[in-house]
Amino acid sequence: MKKEAKSFSRGGLGQLTIPIIAILLLVIFNLIRDPSFFAIGFTTDNDSNLVLEGNLISIINAASELAILAMGMTLVTAACGGQDISVGAAAAIAGSAFVKIIKGAAIVDGEPVISGGRVFAAFLFACLVAMLFGSFNGMLVAVFKIQPMIATLILFTCGRSIAYWINGGATPNFHSPITKAIGGFIPGVPIPAPVLITFATFVLFILLFRFTSLGLLTQAVGINGSAARLNGINATFIKLLSFIILGVCVAIAGCIGTCRLELINHETLLIDVEMDTILAVAIGGNNLGGGKFKIGGSIIGAYVIQMLTTTLFAMKVSSTDIKAYKAIVIVLLVVMGSPVIKAKFGKLMMKIRDNKSRVSTKGAE
Amino acid sequence: MEKTKSFRREPLTDTQLLMVITISIFFVMYVMAMIFLQGGFLRPQQVFDMLNDNASLIIVSCGLTVVMIGGGIDISVGAVTSLVVMSCILFINAGGNVFLAILLALGIGLGFGVVQGFLISYLEIQPFIVTLAGMFFARGMTTILSIDPQKLEHKGFNKFRETKIAMKWLGYRAPNGNFIPARMEFGVVIALLCLITVFILLRYLRLGRNFYAMGGNQQSALMLGINVKRTRFASYVLSGLLSGISGFVLIMHTGAANATNAAGMEMNAIASSIIGGTLLTGGVGNVVGTFFGTLTLTTIKKIVVSSGLTKPWWQSITTGGMLFFFILLQSIVLGQRAKKKKS
Repeated sequence: MKKEAKSFSRGGLGQLTIPIIAILLLVIFNLIRDPSFFAIGFTTDNDSNLVLEGNLISIINAASELAILAMGMTLVTAACGGQDISVGAAAAIAGSAFVKIIKGAAIVDGEPVISGGRVFAAFLFACLVAMLFGSFNGMLVAVFKIQPMIATLILFTCGRSIAYWINGGATPNFHSPITKAIGGFIPGVPIPAPVLITFATFVLFILLFRFTSLGLLTQAVGINGSAARLNGINATFIKLLSFIILGVCVAIAGCIGTCRLELINHETLLIDVEMDTILAVAIGGNNLGGGKFKIGGSIIGAYVIQMLTTTLFAMKVSSTDIKAYKAIVIVLLVVMGSPVIKAKFGKLMMKIRDNKSRVSTKGAE
Repeated sequence: MEKTKSFRREPLTDTQLLMVITISIFFVMYVMAMIFLQGGFLRPQQVFDMLNDNASLIIVSCGLTVVMIGGGIDISVGAVTSLVVMSCILFINAGGNVFLAILLALGIGLGFGVVQGFLISYLEIQPFIVTLAGMFFARGMTTILSIDPQKLEHKGFNKFRETKIAMKWLGYRAPNGNFIPARMEFGVVIALLCLITVFILLRYLRLGRNFYAMGGNQQSALMLGINVKRTRFASYVLSGLLSGISGFVLIMHTGAANATNAAGMEMNAIASSIIGGTLLTGGVGNVVGTFFGTLTLTTIKKIVVSSGLTKPWWQSITTGGMLFFFILLQSIVLGQRAKKKKS
């Protein structure tokens, strides 16, 4: 018990200290500000389904894409020691590919008939396209040894234009009960579908780490690539794989984002998400220089960011001004997590403990 | 400079090699454009147009190059530029003195540089996150100051802003018979002054050499007795200061402030630095290369437009392709050299 307390004062929950403290602070802040922030209730939506509603639900719902991207980004960060800044652009491409297949549906009585199989095929196609672009980034990073940020700058620059080109310059929309269910609520299930998809993705990742040695190999490559290679790990393949897995995450996020609006707008779909994703990974306590990682941390990081945004919205801050307040909170969080501050804090705690023990020994004498 | 080096029969350093590649590709590209596209490319005004439009980008890229040579990254530069533009224009419109506005611009830039530099070098927080927060903060502050577009209303300053340095000997005769001299804005002069200053700093001053040492290998730099923390701090302060100057130059160019001013400038600046031969890993790079990187980037866009590919997606797709080409080229060239060195 004593040992645990000791390690906590030195930032002992390990990686998860900062994200958990951040969530606690936000919860406490909201409790003081307005306890009704946490109210959760049932309502019926337009299709007379019984669904959950409330700020917490909307936070968890809105953070779905961010959380999914953060999972993939964690893997890339751990393996390559750098970040992919093209996820937003790649999601726009994946979304456009998704819509391209959906729009190909046969038209009966002036209404396109979008079957479940077609949606699934569209999703698979989006995955394929995103994996292709992921492997392009991965090839640059793994084979040509280019810094990930620089390598993905290429797709960042031209990705949204490629999406624009796929759509032929328009913003096509589509309507179908299936896509509506993916972006909103599945009939009869009160939990938003994006949340379920996020959970499923998380479970897939957990299974991946449990039944393969991918997690271990990724850490080995991230900590010391050449040492890993000398130990017989194919570092190039691991890096490439991490980008391909991120590609799948991008496709899932892109499809959710598209289904939410039942519309693809290549300019605004998941705009600025790359910065938020990297932030989620950093708040999750993962070292942006690669090496050890915790997927869970990144997911909590994503929810921290969304909770912050929703809290600010609830305080009637306009959507364009939010960034300034967000920045202040981010700086506070990373300052708390900074190694220098941690070391100083640890020393301070030691001093207090020393003083205490001195006092107690004096008392004994 | 290259001549004396080859005279001494020393092999080119990585920095020089990458710079030479960039400069030669730029010239080849420009000459090709002159031959095949003709039109505006034959007139000197084309070059001055590129400089006029990109003076602030050049200044920002110089600062970013210094940070990147030191092994860091600063993505707040575009947002800081935007904040400077907005606050200075609001200040001048409210009846403020223009010279005080210059001080305000420098102060904002310096403020961002100092805070970010402190967080990165003394508290050892990852530069990407700190400057990302800086970017959010600056963008947010810009919209808090004013979400509506603002126009500069100071008459005297507007007059000064619109005066251009005319060069008659570089002019041309328009089809209707009027003689049009080549025009250059004052902002370009400021940009070139910044470029020369940073060049001298990087090449001849101790601080500049320390940036290279720190970016090349932090541990060795520490062993050599370089105060790594202070050097890193200095690089971010310099970058912040240059963002402030760039903001003011942008005011002189556009005379208006907008919440989306200088959007995407940080990525353009990074792209310029990379094309100019600066490595994100640090220790390699040069501002002269960066200058030509900016020009290369602009030339590509101009070529795309004037060769008839006017659809909006072509510009960014070709820019992406060009980046791909340069990045791959650098990787291959440096990879070959590393192999040679080993053998």
